[in-house]
Amino acid sequence: MADMEVMLSLSGVTKIFNAGTVNEKVAMNNLSLDVNKGDFITVIGGNGAGKSTLMNAVTGVFGIDEGKITLDGIDLTHMSENRRAKYFGRVFQDPMMGTVPNMEIQENLALAFRRGKSHGLKWGITAAEKRLYREQIARLGLGLEDRMSAKVGLLSGGQRQAITLLMSTLVRPKMLLLDEHTAALDPKTAEKVLALTDEIVGEDSLTTLMVTHNMRNAIDYGNRLIMMWDGKIILDISGEEKKKLTVEALLGAFSKASGSEFSNDRTLLS
Amino acid sequence: MIATITAGVSQGFIWAMLALGVYISFRLLDFADLSCEGSITLGASIAAMLIWKGMNPFLASLFAFLGGCIAGSVTGILATKLKIPPILAGILTMISLYSINIHIMSFATGTAGTANLQLLKYSKKTIFGIIRRLTGLDKTYAALIVGAVAAIAVIFILYWFFGTELGCTIRATGSNEKMCRAQGINTDTTKIIGLAISNGMIALSGSMICQNQNFSDVNMGVGAIVIGLASIIIGETIFMRAKNFALKLFGIVIGSVIYRVVVAVVIYSGMPSTDLKLMTAIIVMVALSLPMIKTYLFSKKRKHSKKMNTPEVQKNG
Repeated sequence: MADMEVMLSLSGVTKIFNAGTVNEKVAMNNLSLDVNKGDFITVIGGNGAGKSTLMNAVTGVFGIDEGKITLDGIDLTHMSENRRAKYFGRVFQDPMMGTVPNMEIQENLALAFRRGKSHGLKWGITAAEKRLYREQIARLGLGLEDRMSAKVGLLSGGQRQAITLLMSTLVRPKMLLLDEHTAALDPKTAEKVLALTDEIVGEDSLTTLMVTHNMRNAIDYGNRLIMMWDGKIILDISGEEKKKLTVEALLGAFSKASGSEFSNDRTLLS
Repeated sequence: MIATITAGVSQGFIWAMLALGVYISFRLLDFADLSCEGSITLGASIAAMLIWKGMNPFLASLFAFLGGCIAGSVTGILATKLKIPPILAGILTMISLYSINIHIMSFATGTAGTANLQLLKYSKKTIFGIIRRLTGLDKTYAALIVGAVAAIAVIFILYWFFGTELGCTIRATGSNEKMCRAQGINTDTTKIIGLAISNGMIALSGSMICQNQNFSDVNMGVGAIVIGLASIIIGETIFMRAKNFALKLFGIVIGSVIYRVVVAVVIYSGMPSTDLKLMTAIIVMVALSLPMIKTYLFSKKRKHSKKMNTPEVQKNG
């Protein structure tokens, strides 16, 4: 669809780890991708396919070797991670990663509320904010709204991941990046967090990239699916075609596109 | 005996700022900062030199604080911008400060290689001297009052600072750095600011110690981090249930006071003062290994008892 506005654009991005050594690994190989505004893309691929590298290159955890990355017309290629942060909401795989354990629930939300802003000598959290955070936390339906001043470190992984998700969208980001954010949760909690993800993304029609190991989820959620292999995008399916996808069809498409057997990655992908 | 205890209490307040400084780096930033051994002497040297040169002692203490801030920033820059491991970054600053402190004290006397300064001649011109003249109190009580007022003021300032937006980002950095970067916090900057404040406080403590004992010596900082840790551990054990940040800081001041009283009593009862550092180190070793010892004893007990009830353990995963 040519009339779609592009939110994120990667063109010819290459990232090589340990270049020139025996451990050289081409993690992204001349990769190009245009993400349209409002796209909810699920990203699948085996271990070492480059999914996390893609996320980290976009958010600036490390610089890229070649190519260009733009977001909503802003050139991100050489921007530092902390300056890019205001554009992205991020949720990591490790539920411990997205929140500060030694701080209160409301203090964590206050940090997220100031994402990408300068931090001065004003008081770190105001009374009006506390009310706002309480309302937001109540949405999770976990009963945490009565424990706003509890330390986050005392909560379960699922609770922390739900809070992280809320924090990542507390101030509307240009893009939401989810890096296997339910992989470390038990199936029931994972389902809850996924449902919440779908609700939050749908409400604001947030442009979203969601990396997952679960093929079923990749098919069920989002409007577009990309499959990565060996640092490249080997499959890009959207619209009606995506709705008709099955796990079997996806497995078949993988062997065809990559020209290799699936056996190694099967356990991880199914 | 009473006099010994009172003296211990007054020393405790004066050394409390060291403990609070170590708390900022060690606990809040999770950064084992050894530069504090140099910055406590730096504070003492700067204050001694400036008072020697005729400066107002309050102003001299402010300069001591600023000197400590610079030392802390250097450690921070070494560790963040130059990616030198934190322990080594601290050691490098500490070693550099050894030479710098001798230069500062030499500047006062005009003799190169001055390793200590006697301030007895200027004892009326220190903060304690001025307070004694104004109130007519004796040395110990003057130290007690100045120390207590300073400690309480510092608790208020730290409580305020670590509640601000900037202070929150420093606390968050020590707890989860990756998350901070994802929130757009420049963790290099927050670490540098945190270390600057920590070492500033420690230098301020050094300046007070020097003015109280009318003496500054290049070796006075040896073991400072262990003394700081001992105070923190004692304070945290007593105020274990404290949730409020100001109360935690207060606990550390109390920890410092208790540590000094114990030291005073032990020395009073005849232990050679040269064994003090060994004793302090053992206190810290035992305190830090207590959680491990507890787990060990606990698991032994469970093996021996027939009950298989799993205790309620707080899970994070």
